Amino acid sequence: MAEKSDLPQGTLELLVLKVVALGPVHGYAIAQRLLHVSRYVVRVPQGSLYPALHRLENRGLLAADWKETETGREAKFYRLTRKGRAQLEKEAASWERLTEAVGHILRLSEGGVQ
Amino acid sequence: MTWWHRLWRRRQLEEQLDKELRFHLEQHASDLIARGYDPREARRQATLALGGPEQVKEECRDARGTRWLEDLAQDLRYALRTLRQRPGFAAVALLTLALGIGATTVMFTLINGVLLRPLPFPHPDRLLTLNEQTKGITDYRWGDLWAYSYPNYLDCKRESNSLDTAAWRYNGGTVSAPGEAEHVDAVEMSAELFSVLGVTLFRGRAFLPEDDRPGAAPVAIISHGLWQRHYGGSPGAIGKPLVFEGSSYTVVGIAPPGFRLSWEPDVFTPLGQNAQTYMQRRDAHPGIDVWARLRPGTTLEQAQTELALIGRRLAAQYPKTNAGRGFIARPLRQELVVELVGDDRSTLWLLLGAVSLVFLIACVNVASLLLARAVSRQRELALRVALGAGRGRLARQCLTESALLGLVGGALGVWLAATGIRPFVAFWPGSLPRAQEVQLDWHVLVFALAVSLLSGFLFGLAPALGAPTHDLEQILRAGARTVAGSSRRLHSGFVVSEIALAVVLLVSAGILGQTLLRLSSLDPGIDTRNLLITRTALSPSVLANPPRIPAAWRELLDRVRRVPGVQSATMVDTVPLREGNNQIGYWTTSAVPEKHQMPLALSSSVTPDYLKVMGIPLREGRFFDDHDRMGSKPVIVIDEVMAKHTFGNQDPVGKNLWMPDMPCIGPKGETFYDCTDPYEVVGVVGHVRYWGLAGDDQAHVRDQFYYPFAQVPDYFLPRWSELMSIVVRTKIPPLNLLEPLRREARGATGDQVLYEVYTMQQLASRSLAEQRFLLLLFGIFAGLALLLACIGIYGVLTYVTSRRVPEIGVRMAFGASARDVMQLVLRQSLVMILAGVALGITGALAAARLLEHLVTGVRSIGPLTFAAMICVLVVAALIASFLPARRASQVDPMRALREE
Repeated sequence: MAEKSDLPQGTLELLVLKVVALGPVHGYAIAQRLLHVSRYVVRVPQGSLYPALHRLENRGLLAADWKETETGREAKFYRLTRKGRAQLEKEAASWERLTEAVGHILRLSEGGVQ
Repeated sequence: MTWWHRLWRRRQLEEQLDKELRFHLEQHASDLIARGYDPREARRQATLALGGPEQVKEECRDARGTRWLEDLAQDLRYALRTLRQRPGFAAVALLTLALGIGATTVMFTLINGVLLRPLPFPHPDRLLTLNEQTKGITDYRWGDLWAYSYPNYLDCKRESNSLDTAAWRYNGGTVSAPGEAEHVDAVEMSAELFSVLGVTLFRGRAFLPEDDRPGAAPVAIISHGLWQRHYGGSPGAIGKPLVFEGSSYTVVGIAPPGFRLSWEPDVFTPLGQNAQTYMQRRDAHPGIDVWARLRPGTTLEQAQTELALIGRRLAAQYPKTNAGRGFIARPLRQELVVELVGDDRSTLWLLLGAVSLVFLIACVNVASLLLARAVSRQRELALRVALGAGRGRLARQCLTESALLGLVGGALGVWLAATGIRPFVAFWPGSLPRAQEVQLDWHVLVFALAVSLLSGFLFGLAPALGAPTHDLEQILRAGARTVAGSSRRLHSGFVVSEIALAVVLLVSAGILGQTLLRLSSLDPGIDTRNLLITRTALSPSVLANPPRIPAAWRELLDRVRRVPGVQSATMVDTVPLREGNNQIGYWTTSAVPEKHQMPLALSSSVTPDYLKVMGIPLREGRFFDDHDRMGSKPVIVIDEVMAKHTFGNQDPVGKNLWMPDMPCIGPKGETFYDCTDPYEVVGVVGHVRYWGLAGDDQAHVRDQFYYPFAQVPDYFLPRWSELMSIVVRTKIPPLNLLEPLRREARGATGDQVLYEVYTMQQLASRSLAEQRFLLLLFGIFAGLALLLACIGIYGVLTYVTSRRVPEIGVRMAFGASARDVMQLVLRQSLVMILAGVALGITGALAAARLLEHLVTGVRSIGPLTFAAMICVLVVAALIASFLPARRASQVDPMRALREE
């Protein structure tokens, strides 16, 4: 099960930021949501999720509180800070630029290199 | 949360991390159970999905950013624990390091104090020394630089806007009251000296410009030491009289303790009160030093330009004395260090070089110890890698351990240096210049810290790089034994380099030993046994009246001869093997050329008994007698070196020599040295190693001649009398006669004192002090190197053979005898030793070249010394290998094989 992520470098953090942006959420739920959202196409190794969360927290992009879940257990809930939101917007924009450019190039190559 | 916050709340963070991951696992498991999994299987799946909680935790800890500090603390704890577990290893390693770092620190402390520390005055970098500079006449030692003439100094001082200048001049003499008469070093100084240097007096006042003039009331400043000795440290000393050189001065101030120029003067008098004629002459250079301080806002370049301008103006105004003469300023520190330290500088660097070899050996030694340990710890390290430690992490841990060793060793080394430095300085041959500046300051501590860390890095690197990263399975399964071979080459490398370094030091020590032996067996040219030499100051009242001087000396010599135990006594101005000489140019015809084109000879003014007292053999003709006196024909006696140099195979006796610089009365009555009459050579005597046993062969001036003190004109007698020493041949150990001689010398006025007392054997031994001192230190260093190298060989062989026990077991099982096994091990060690020797010889040849260049008296290396030293090393190294070899030969093959 220890397959490598198919995610490009740095993408995991972007996805995590995006998921957390939807509302305070704990680590396990993030993992589940990533699974659902990506419809099993992208496999996130759960092991690298927590280090990513901690890195983001230390960089001040995420904040965390201990709260009770609906099942009454205490869990660490992450939420986006203002800095985190700015970072998300920036990275999302740059991701879109990148994919657009890559897509553009791929379409070109079908008609042959000019 | 800042990083130190995170560090502070580490425990809490750890708990939270654990809780968070547990929550994840349980949540995942319960989801799976809800989907119908068996609970145990669900937990297994969840754990697999997360990928090992411990590794995840490690990565999360890494994300914290405080990792390095936590690791450092952990590594330190771990390192301390492992060191404590093996006290023997720790002790050997620390002792080795303490010795290496301690010795290096001592040498650096010396170099720092003597060569690198600034002068002990405020803003020392703004202090300059000024000289006159000429075109044309140069001297091999001082080049074209001259001491100032007093009128030139006054002009420079008055006209300079960028400099505050001060002048001083050496002036020894006798303090005869209060207290017991004592000969002291004194200085005549201009009023500004203390203020230019930025020194405040301990008590009283400095000289005023009014004091610094001819005819002003005589005033003096005394040193703190003289104040203690002659005034009992009484505050009432200010205003009291001081009798110096027969004149009474009023004490106006006391210098701060330890105040020194190039030396420590005891009496300061105003230079401007010196009424001698040379003070008015622009062409006289009576040894006046000029020091200056740059005024605020000016630079050295501005000062140079200004001095050059003043020089040109004076040259135009006084062409007779100042044509081609300029003035130059140089940083004082540089000058003072060169002047004071001279030859000691190369000695210091030489010793630092030698000591760094010892230091390197110490590092190599500890490195091989550590490596041996690291290899036996390979299993442990492999286990840690398997548990998730990264390669960098392991390397860091190894380096932390070695840095800890280095620092503790360094602390011990600094402690050694701090306790050892004083005795060491005291043992320096002669007296170490600027010795009072030698102390452990922060420069030294920074140096020691750097050296400790460097050593830690040097010897920690190999084990750190050797940390296992692959084939973990194999290592874990097989244990360390089978992989030991991979480090064998590195171990051999250590042994080889240790041996090579030891060879360099041993051969250097051997060369110095050989040199010392050769030099000690040389004939100094005089009979050094039972000779006492002492400078003598005649009573100032006699010196003031030159015609009375010859009788005073005669009377003094007579009294000395009557002291029981004295065999004979004579007088001489310059004494062989002691500092000071008088070089005079000579020519064989009356057509005397320019001064600097004449050959030079060492001149000594003596009484007729000199030859007999010193035990110098007479080769030809006669020595002086009582008929050689004022008015009779001027005569000289030359030594065999000068005879051969000047007259070749001709008989020198009866020949004439012209020496314009001799003290004599010219045709126009009293003149300064300007003789036109020739001197007749009446005899030839044996050569004396005037420059010392070591230095005489290479000396620039080796010709020697003697002239009768009785033919020195009255005019020069006061000056000559200041220089005279008495040489006494005794029937008993010479120093036993010192007190009776002092009593007899004191004279009717009670103010004649003996000073600078030596026996000739002390002087002879002192002339080899540098060689002896170097030999001692190199001997110690070489011994240390040999010991360390042997420990290194022993350790490495023990280690390597213990790794080879199974192999040896197999060999013995196949019929190898104990002797075969010993040979096997010894052969292995011999290969390493010989490789080290081969490498070392190259280094030793270079070291020999260096010694030849830097140490007087060292000649090219005898192959015998070389061979002997290498034999010592090989034998010692083989003895060190013998024990491990024997142990290997006693291996029980059955047990060895079973262990495998």
